[in-house]
Amino acid sequence: MSLSVKNLSFSYGARPVLQDVSFQAHAGEVLSVLGPNGAGKSTLFRCMLGLLTPTAGETQIDGQDVAGMKASQLSRLIAYIPQSHNPVFNFTVLDMVLMGTTAQLGRFSAPGKAQRAQAEAALAQLGITHLRDRGYCHISGGERQLVLIARAMAQQAKILVMDEPSASLDFGNRLQVMETVGELARRGYAIIQSTHDPEQAYQYSHRILALNQGQVVAYGTPEETMNDALISQLYGVPVIGFHLMDDKARVFLPVNETKTKESQI
Amino acid sequence: MKKCSYSTILVALSVALVLTLVLSVTLGRYPIGVGELMGILAQQGVALLEHLGLHGLQVEQTWTSTQASLLLYHRIPRVVLACLVGGCLSGAGASYQGVFQNPMASPDLLGASSGAAFGAALAILLGGSGLTVMLSAFCFSLLTVALVMFVGNRARGRRVVGLILAGIMVSSLVSSGTSFIKLVADPTDQLPAITYWLMGSLNGTAPRDVLYALLPMTVGIVGLHLLRWRINLLTLGDEEARTMGVNVKELRGAVIFCATLITAASVSASGMIGWVGLVIPHLGRKLVGDNYKHLMPTSMLLGALFLLLVDDVSRNLLAVEIPIGILTSFLGAPFFLYLISREGDLL
Repeated sequence: MSLSVKNLSFSYGARPVLQDVSFQAHAGEVLSVLGPNGAGKSTLFRCMLGLLTPTAGETQIDGQDVAGMKASQLSRLIAYIPQSHNPVFNFTVLDMVLMGTTAQLGRFSAPGKAQRAQAEAALAQLGITHLRDRGYCHISGGERQLVLIARAMAQQAKILVMDEPSASLDFGNRLQVMETVGELARRGYAIIQSTHDPEQAYQYSHRILALNQGQVVAYGTPEETMNDALISQLYGVPVIGFHLMDDKARVFLPVNETKTKESQI
Repeated sequence: MKKCSYSTILVALSVALVLTLVLSVTLGRYPIGVGELMGILAQQGVALLEHLGLHGLQVEQTWTSTQASLLLYHRIPRVVLACLVGGCLSGAGASYQGVFQNPMASPDLLGASSGAAFGAALAILLGGSGLTVMLSAFCFSLLTVALVMFVGNRARGRRVVGLILAGIMVSSLVSSGTSFIKLVADPTDQLPAITYWLMGSLNGTAPRDVLYALLPMTVGIVGLHLLRWRINLLTLGDEEARTMGVNVKELRGAVIFCATLITAASVSASGMIGWVGLVIPHLGRKLVGDNYKHLMPTSMLLGALFLLLVDDVSRNLLAVEIPIGILTSFLGAPFFLYLISREGDLL
């Protein structure tokens, strides 16, 4: 299972948002999309998920263009995991996960025993069976993120697109969610996530795609792409990188924080 | 959150509904006992069997013919219509709340009620009565919602917000038409007729009215029951629903169509009955949770039961019948306040 984006461009009216973006994501790998706010990450994801039609180029899953696919067909190949949100209605966790199985069902049917088993299995694999009958609105942000991952697993698609899975979570929950993401990749899922945390991206990804103003500025392994120059360019802040633990982790710190403070006075 | 099992609640509600139906039929100024009720119904059954060629059965007549005709042509149609209207308004309210991701949505969100009011007022102004008024209300109700959909779908930005805004605007436009009709209507007979219709009442329900309302109601109720699981996904928003394999536009259109059909049929048969479509689904949510698979049947049963009881009060409390629309608002608003203050997780 692989996803390839080929020369994809998108514009809202005359304003280009994405220009000539190409990359590939493979089973068993985590691909992290880095870029400042407004770089086009969300638009890229919308195009990949068939929610927006690109102005040029295409997204292929195993050689097939997603633009021509029906929602039910596409949802069996690629699943979307939004940021943990607060829906209007308070579904139980089990119901929330069961919603992922909808594409397998006939138009007029509700999930049955088989779907229930899939949902329970997904909950068990993530170790959150105890949340099954809780209200989704009453659990913590980290737990919600895990529930949404379980929902994507119940959807049985092998490509998972995650919108900043660890954003707005505390330190511990962030680690738990990212460990889960890594584990899913080891189990053969292809994972594409957006993130605002370069250090975390370095640690957990196999491949990095850096976007700036809708264009790819770097694409490759974290080791070869994530250097001081790239991070400085992406976020507009001069940084200095520290390679820690035999380069298993890299930490980027802003260089002239003090200088900036002085100039403001 | 779920407190009792869904099947227990469903059975309890069904039993309560049947018992209340029997009670409602016997209640009234002109007394009809349960025994006479059974007798008249059995007599009808025997007549039907004889019609089919089965003879020899006999029921001893213990009732007067006035009781029989009162029961068959007035009380039974009326209680049946009360159940249908209550169930439909609640089901439609629950559906709209899901489609518009808004717990404050009610069946008249897209102008179904104001359209029906205009249609009824227009028909009364032009000298129509009974069936003409009902038909005109039904058609104008559907037309209004169609107009709202047309305008709302052309709005830029978020589809759901566009539809809601279009609903408010078109409703207001149509209501001004109704006000104008009231202004020019003959104050001796037409104006009171319009005013009375607008207050909502099940008074004078004929068997024919029930039959005409039943057709669109059946289509809508069956449709909503078939689609009810998928309404859950619509509540999460368009994009999320689509990534889970739902054709959002088609599904939303189908749900709105079914919900509008049953709202239009209800309002045209009974006039404006407010609050049921907003309050009852929330009571349902408290009982069985937010999953539409359970919520839809529960809401409909609760709505049927509620309106049946309110109608009993409306025709038995005072010597003069109180229009049911007044009572539902009178009971609905405080009840809703009670619901939202009891647990804080409603909104």
